[in-house]
Amino acid sequence: MIELFQANADLFFEGFKYTILSSVLALIFSLIIGTLMAIFQLSENKIIRNLAKAYVEFFRNIPLLIIVMFFYVVLPLYGMPFDGFQAGTIGLTIYTSAFIAETVRSGIQTVPKGQMEAGLSSGFTYSETMRYIVLPQAFKIVIPPLGGQFINLIKNSSILAMVAGLDLMYQGDLVANATFITFETYIIVGIFYLILTLPLSYLMAYLEKRWAVRG
Amino acid sequence: MIKKTFFSLLVLVAAVFSLSGCKSGNVADLDILETSKESNEIIWGVKNDTRLFGLMDIPSREVKGFDIDIAKAITDKVLGRDGRATFVEVTSKTRIPLLKNGNIDAIIATMTISEERKKQVDFSDVYFDAGQSLLVKKGSSITGVDSLDETTTVLAVKGSTSAVNIRKASPNANILELENYAEAFTALQAGQGDAMTTDNAILLGMASENPDYELVGGTFTEEPYGIAINKGQENFLQAVNDALKEMHEDGTYDEIYEKWFPNDDTGKVK
Repeated sequence: MIELFQANADLFFEGFKYTILSSVLALIFSLIIGTLMAIFQLSENKIIRNLAKAYVEFFRNIPLLIIVMFFYVVLPLYGMPFDGFQAGTIGLTIYTSAFIAETVRSGIQTVPKGQMEAGLSSGFTYSETMRYIVLPQAFKIVIPPLGGQFINLIKNSSILAMVAGLDLMYQGDLVANATFITFETYIIVGIFYLILTLPLSYLMAYLEKRWAVRG
Repeated sequence: MIKKTFFSLLVLVAAVFSLSGCKSGNVADLDILETSKESNEIIWGVKNDTRLFGLMDIPSREVKGFDIDIAKAITDKVLGRDGRATFVEVTSKTRIPLLKNGNIDAIIATMTISEERKKQVDFSDVYFDAGQSLLVKKGSSITGVDSLDETTTVLAVKGSTSAVNIRKASPNANILELENYAEAFTALQAGQGDAMTTDNAILLGMASENPDYELVGGTFTEEPYGIAINKGQENFLQAVNDALKEMHEDGTYDEIYEKWFPNDDTGKVK
């Protein structure tokens, strides 16, 4: 297994780089989009609320591969060329944002209504109350499920392999097919994913301990 | 708590290793020719996504093609008229592991005979003379492998020899590898690449369905297709080769060839 790794180290590290890049981009943007969608879902405005609900329900309930394929093979026909890496990362962002929206929404709804009312009556605007009072409390509550979503996101980034997105799984497929050493190759790929997911797990556990709402 | 977790992990690892250890021994000991005569059945690994060779026919829920007909004819010769040919759908990625594990008796799935693969499996005599070519949209500036450079992207399929060959034939071109032929062709239509490469026969099948696309530059490799059989199955290999020979002599082979490739003689084994 060590020889296999050494012989193909270039490919594995190349793939690792793209997996990290895709995961980080998707993580940042899905967190932003997901949080916005959570707030919109609780909006007083009926149109915004329903649009956000439609977004979440639609993307949460179709396979990730379909979203990615849409960006990879359908949009280029209409003059929007996305390569495999872009299509995969965009698909991953949209898909994960729908789950994050649900997670954050449940967090916001756990914050007692009085907090929002108190904020508003103290002279804060709606968005200020959200930002400074409700969201900080909501995020503390949803750290554990949010951590789960992040870990899923990193593992789901292997979808890039389906659209030649040059990620870890794509390079792993190439190595496995060139050498026929299937089992060992995917063990190496798995270890690379662990290098990303385990520290993230521990970080989330640490944050949970530090910020957890006691009571 | 930690001790308990550690222990259960240990049990899991031990279980995985003992599982992977026990199966390989049994499969190698069985004589496939004997067991298939007993069960009156040969299990073939075939493609289900390759036009003219092995393609799922949706209305009848059956895979149809040149590979399938050849496999049926061989089954007839080996087991007699009432022998059953059973088909298991495989991909370039799964076919060798399935054969090694004994899930299938033989692979007849547009599989090129190569030195690398010969280390893993045995091959029968050639049953189709394939060679690699390029498929492009009509009107493309690409006229053959020589016109591929760093500004062009070629689409290939993971786990096939065509990806290796195109890297040799045009080292400067960008190569992207996709999951299967359907995805590679869809990507070509979407403009994700300038050309698609694989065996001529497969490309001919695509071009016959999509008149906007054509083959250019002829073939630039010799990649004959063979039937793959597990190592250590000399009796079965011999039976398959005898059957192929018989099919050439009595005209069954020509008949099947004409049925699937009426306008093209390049793949015919003389």
